[in-house]
Amino acid sequence: MRDLLNLTAAQAVAAIKIGEADASELHALYRERAGTESINSYVSVGDAVTPESVDAPLAGVPIAVKDLFCVEGIETRACSKILTGYIPPYTATAISKLQEAGASYLGKTNMDEFAMGSSNENSAFGAVRNPWDESRVPGGSSGGSAAAVAAGLAPWATGTDTGGSIRQPAAFCGLVGLKPTYGAISRYGMIAFASSLDQAGPITRDVTDAALMLKYMQGKDEMDSTSTGMNEDVATPSNESLAGKKFAIPAPIDWSGVQSGVKEVFDIACKRIEALGGELTEVPLPHADYALSAYYVIAPAEASANLSRFDGVRFGERAADPTGLTDMYERTRGEGFGPEVKRRIMLGTYALSSGYYDAYYNRAQQVRTKILEDYAAAFANCDFIITPTAPSVAFGIGEKIDDPLSMYLGDLFTVPVSLAGLPAISVPAGLATSDGSAAVEPDADGALPVGLQIVAPHFKENALLDAAYAFEKATDFADGPWTWSAS
Amino acid sequence: MITPEDVSYVARLARLQLSEEEQERMTRELSAVLGYVEHMNELELDGVEPTARVVDLVNVLREDTPRPSLPLEKALENAPDEADGGFGVPAAGS
Repeated sequence: MRDLLNLTAAQAVAAIKIGEADASELHALYRERAGTESINSYVSVGDAVTPESVDAPLAGVPIAVKDLFCVEGIETRACSKILTGYIPPYTATAISKLQEAGASYLGKTNMDEFAMGSSNENSAFGAVRNPWDESRVPGGSSGGSAAAVAAGLAPWATGTDTGGSIRQPAAFCGLVGLKPTYGAISRYGMIAFASSLDQAGPITRDVTDAALMLKYMQGKDEMDSTSTGMNEDVATPSNESLAGKKFAIPAPIDWSGVQSGVKEVFDIACKRIEALGGELTEVPLPHADYALSAYYVIAPAEASANLSRFDGVRFGERAADPTGLTDMYERTRGEGFGPEVKRRIMLGTYALSSGYYDAYYNRAQQVRTKILEDYAAAFANCDFIITPTAPSVAFGIGEKIDDPLSMYLGDLFTVPVSLAGLPAISVPAGLATSDGSAAVEPDADGALPVGLQIVAPHFKENALLDAAYAFEKATDFADGPWTWSAS
Repeated sequence: MITPEDVSYVARLARLQLSEEEQERMTRELSAVLGYVEHMNELELDGVEPTARVVDLVNVLREDTPRPSLPLEKALENAPDEADGGFGVPAAGS
């Protein structure tokens, strides 16, 4: 019998179908592991299940679910104190579609509260530890999902990405993270953070699994008027040659804030793309430098509106013994939200307040228009745009928690893509030293993963997955980056 | 520059109680972040339409026909307080 916990999801599906693996046993093995983990990646573990049939396309493969997705009958809190005790009466469309395809619900994964954060330290359930080095963060906000997959506690997991929350934790944990085109997957039942940016997607061990999960998560949903579905069916990635494909590097990139080891891994990745027949080129993205500014106005503004519903009236916790309605609202929210959420609500409320709307919110949306135009012009001259996923390797727990601006600057490569609603994938590109100073070989002590971000035009997920697959197959870690872990 | 009075005013708008320590920290942090985003003022954006959505959407309206909604008991199941088949809240004027 094969070691079931070493199978990717696609391999598990195949093994179950031919009777080489038993779905109930697979679920039980993961459930047992998830119930005894030490990196705090799960906030709850589901019941044992007996799959009804092995004929379903994802027959019996367990899936870990970020706590941002509602699952009927399962406490769902977005890892916030304010939602303590909330039991949704319905399941998010993205999750119910996976369940209809046969995937079994494994448990809820830890996350930054309401998906606000890049380190998974902003959780009411405490920080998640990166399985590569437990003194470091796994990235955020889908840090629990990434850590669970990287530690072999789930074959795959769902994440959500608003400004990089799938791609950056995937990069920090040596995994594949796919943010599809905005609207490709329904947001119904996903607790809203910034509605014009939020996008669900897969965090997986390899590109094939990312495509498999996307295939069953995506689709237009009448419960979400912004969902579009895909323009074409999601195909299994093929190892097509990259010959003739143009990979553009935004020029100029300011490398001053990027660790030298990350830059070195990126340069090696570029050479690898060339060796595969891809053509490297440069494209200007003149407004990319303004993306972080626009993002940290737009996302908090939308958050302040979305989070106004958490007021102690209809669900979650309520402050004790309120003296009146306003007192109840203010104390419930003051006691229920964590520091990062309060910071963003304040930022957003300020940006939307009278006298500041035009100076901040409207201006940020104008910058967004310029960024969209930049990408449209760039994709007239290339097939893909490539950058490192994050400017650093995983940093230490507590290292940036008191410096929000420094934390926000870590999103510089992912945020412009989010503002434009483009599909992007982070694939493992190599390893760097723990201080990020140099690229190293896989067997080096204390090495940490570095991700390559590949961006494609709207709804070109199949081409994106093909390119990522070709890159993955040409690397030394094609058989599974999660096995790099020294622990 | 954000003042403590600005923070206090915005907290009231946001219905968010902040401790004194939080107000002090928020004054500092909001000043830093808003100082950073001032960067956008370098751009000439007159006449640029603000983005409303990033992908084309067609607004298809469904038939205006009644359909079952969440049953009352389900809707109230998560409420901290229930009163007479509705959400119980303290009096607004007290």
